Amino acid sequence: MKIQVLGSGCSTCKKLYEITQKAVAELGLNENVEYITDVQKIVAMGLMQSPILAINDKPAMVGFSSDIEKIKRIIQDNK
Amino acid sequence: MSIFYPVKLLADWLTYSVFLITPKTLLADAVNFFIYDTIKIFILLSVIIFAVSIIRSYLPPEKIRGILSHKSKYTGNVIASLLGIITPFCSCSAIPLFLGFIQAGVPLGTTFSFLVASPMINEVALVLFLGMFGWKIALMYIVSGLIISVLSGMIIGKMKVENLVEPFVYQNTINGNVDLPTMTGKERFIYARDYTLDILKKVWIYILIGIGIGAWIHGYVPANFLAQYAGSGKWYAVPLAVLVGIPLYSNAAGVIPLVSTLTEKGVSVGTTLAFMMSVTALSLPEFMILKKVMKLRLIFIFAGIVAVGITFTGYLFNLILK
Repeated sequence: MKIQVLGSGCSTCKKLYEITQKAVAELGLNENVEYITDVQKIVAMGLMQSPILAINDKPAMVGFSSDIEKIKRIIQDNK
Repeated sequence: MSIFYPVKLLADWLTYSVFLITPKTLLADAVNFFIYDTIKIFILLSVIIFAVSIIRSYLPPEKIRGILSHKSKYTGNVIASLLGIITPFCSCSAIPLFLGFIQAGVPLGTTFSFLVASPMINEVALVLFLGMFGWKIALMYIVSGLIISVLSGMIIGKMKVENLVEPFVYQNTINGNVDLPTMTGKERFIYARDYTLDILKKVWIYILIGIGIGAWIHGYVPANFLAQYAGSGKWYAVPLAVLVGIPLYSNAAGVIPLVSTLTEKGVSVGTTLAFMMSVTALSLPEFMILKKVMKLRLIFIFAGIVAVGITFTGYLFNLILK
């Protein structure tokens, strides 16, 4: 499973990265969360918003959310 | 009778019966003004931001791009500017928006129309204009903002300045057709509610400070005091307002309540409009970020055209509304 947070490097992007790391830990998954600040990667996915939570190279959540339960659900749904 | 009459009653009751301030004093005036304006603005903000968020959940930037890449030049500028109204702008989304538009084949001029309209005409500015100045001036702000966005984009499009965009931007092309996760009605509601709360959390302190200083000026500074410095007869008032507005971007929410009281004290309406447009549309952090995707010369051209447009608008309204 590949979990990535893509963002333009702004503070909300970093926050999403931290929340996602926490969500992965709370789910007991032994996965690395990758943090990518190359905007071209977001654009190549066809998206223009930031940050993005991508699972297995597919955008699973577009835009920021501080709701860790929601992020956990998204990770499990896209396993 | 205004729909805010109950708010007026509440403000009167709080000022005179709860805080027991003697009516018709300067203090009573200032306190009453503060309570009334604060409640009114927060009601307007909640309702309008919520409504705009619901509309936006149907029109994310990716869908807007799909609409724009099929339009001819001039209609494209107009539609880009209109869509810019509902799209919020933060400096963290400027680069993905720019790359995403250009690489999917949206013309440079159309992209600029969007880049001008998106920060200039936003729902927070709209609410504050509506609440502090009334619907006529709010409408003037939107219409002149749209005209500036459309014209700036058209001029940049005509100038053929694609060579001033960083070469890497054009090296990649992408397919603009993307399937976004679809939202249910409940998800749209949650999105709009969270977005509204988020914005309120971000701006409330600035608005309170703005209204607070405004209330003080309202009560203690004599009417028309500022006319001698910044009335419509002063030619330098408009360009000065535009210059002062450039570094104030992050505080737009606090600036509007403040300028509304300045208008009351003699600053002319055209100058106020120019000032607000400069605060929202010309922002230093945005320019710095755009440096990643375009040459400095293009940023100057872009800022220059918009600044001229704003200054012209300011003079025009000063002339009409004399």
